[in-house]
Amino acid sequence: MDKKIRLISRLDVKNNFLVKGIQLEGLRKMGDPHDFAVDYYKQGIDEILYMDIVASLYNRNNLSDIVLRTTGDVFIPITVGGGLRSVDDVRSILQKGADKVAINTAAIKDEKIITEVAEAFGSQCMVLGIEAKKRRDAAGWEAYTDNGRNHSGKDVIEWAKRGAALGAGEILLTMVDCEGLERGMENELIAEICSEVNVPVIVSGGCGCAKDAVTAANAGASAVAVASILHYKKTTVPALKQEIRDLGVLVR
Amino acid sequence: MKITVIDYGLSNLLSVQRAFAHSGAEVEVTDSRSKILAAHALCLPGVGAFKDGMEVLDRLMLTDAIQNKAHSGTPLLGICLGMQMLFDESDEFGKHAGLGLIPGRVERIPYSDINGDVQRVPHVGWNALLPQNPRQDFSGTILSSVKKGDEAYFVHSYEAKPADTKYRLANTIYGGREVCAAAQKGTVIGCQFHPEKSGEIGLSIIREYTRFCENI
Repeated sequence: MDKKIRLISRLDVKNNFLVKGIQLEGLRKMGDPHDFAVDYYKQGIDEILYMDIVASLYNRNNLSDIVLRTTGDVFIPITVGGGLRSVDDVRSILQKGADKVAINTAAIKDEKIITEVAEAFGSQCMVLGIEAKKRRDAAGWEAYTDNGRNHSGKDVIEWAKRGAALGAGEILLTMVDCEGLERGMENELIAEICSEVNVPVIVSGGCGCAKDAVTAANAGASAVAVASILHYKKTTVPALKQEIRDLGVLVR
Repeated sequence: MKITVIDYGLSNLLSVQRAFAHSGAEVEVTDSRSKILAAHALCLPGVGAFKDGMEVLDRLMLTDAIQNKAHSGTPLLGICLGMQMLFDESDEFGKHAGLGLIPGRVERIPYSDINGDVQRVPHVGWNALLPQNPRQDFSGTILSSVKKGDEAYFVHSYEAKPADTKYRLANTIYGGREVCAAAQKGTVIGCQFHPEKSGEIGLSIIREYTRFCENI
């Protein structure tokens, strides 16, 4: 089958500001996340991913108002992540117009939430967020919590398989070491995870150009999340999509 | 034009509501049997599992109300799970009866594509809308503003299989196989994709449905 990917705009939010860092650190304030979402929607992005990057530290997600505003102007799927800890938290953000939720920290603390959310709202709504860092001391990758700050001890591949078995409908794989560097992603990890799970895998962190997205697609990714290259206006959605097509991968 | 959106607790109601409002329609969101029985035009959205959806409709005593309205010619647009529930039966979590408004059943999307390679389920993403008859276009339907191959947003693990191709309004291709993307029998219409999440193409479909309801 022809390779096809979705192009997702990832908007990391801290205290109502769009922020961008490197390896999830050193955050720079960029502006109103809603304005960026509307701009990318008009340019033809396929989905929006809002991530409250300090929420799990404070045990709450602050994106309700932003999501509520965005759904008035943006008619494409919106995924929301960060600090969602219960079925009630998920219900509340879905009522604000989110279509899917990305859950990382709460799922690592208690994996039951994956099944609960999938049963309550369908698997398609439950995106398992995994923040991966390469192990320094051993082979493989470890899953982190709290926006790449804390170890979980879990092996990324095993955790992805477990999450899909528990009902996650998609995996959002963030490669923390690559994040913000625009030098490509960990394609070996992408290939391994995509061969082990049969739900779609969204890859995030490090996409610097169309070629990076195409390499990830060829490794098996179903969707690529981009951030800094759009935020810093290094490219546009139509230009990026055309380059992806020119490299032989389909995109809307 | 007032569109009555059926609230049975399983949907992204706000997005549907906002998409209809964007098209200029007046929107009423309700789980009230009497309001649904009095409606001029209905929308049954839906996200989640078939069994849960039908159970809630039964519990709210809406199943026969929706059936009666549809039989008496009130336009009804089912979206995603709402589209699947228009059919006779689904295999999701065991066999469950649907509304029986369009003949056919709902089955799991296969885990392998036409070549026998692994296929990812759910089917998530933007995919082309194609007329059932490739020599025709969508004119005269609520998809009249859609050009062959325009893409809409899909997210589903089960697919509707109409009993007769005459009920297929549009198809898409997933894993090399035709998947029913939209179905219609009389004034009952279903979209497997999410028009409310399919950008400008989706909004134009919502507008056309609103216009279709006005002309009935």
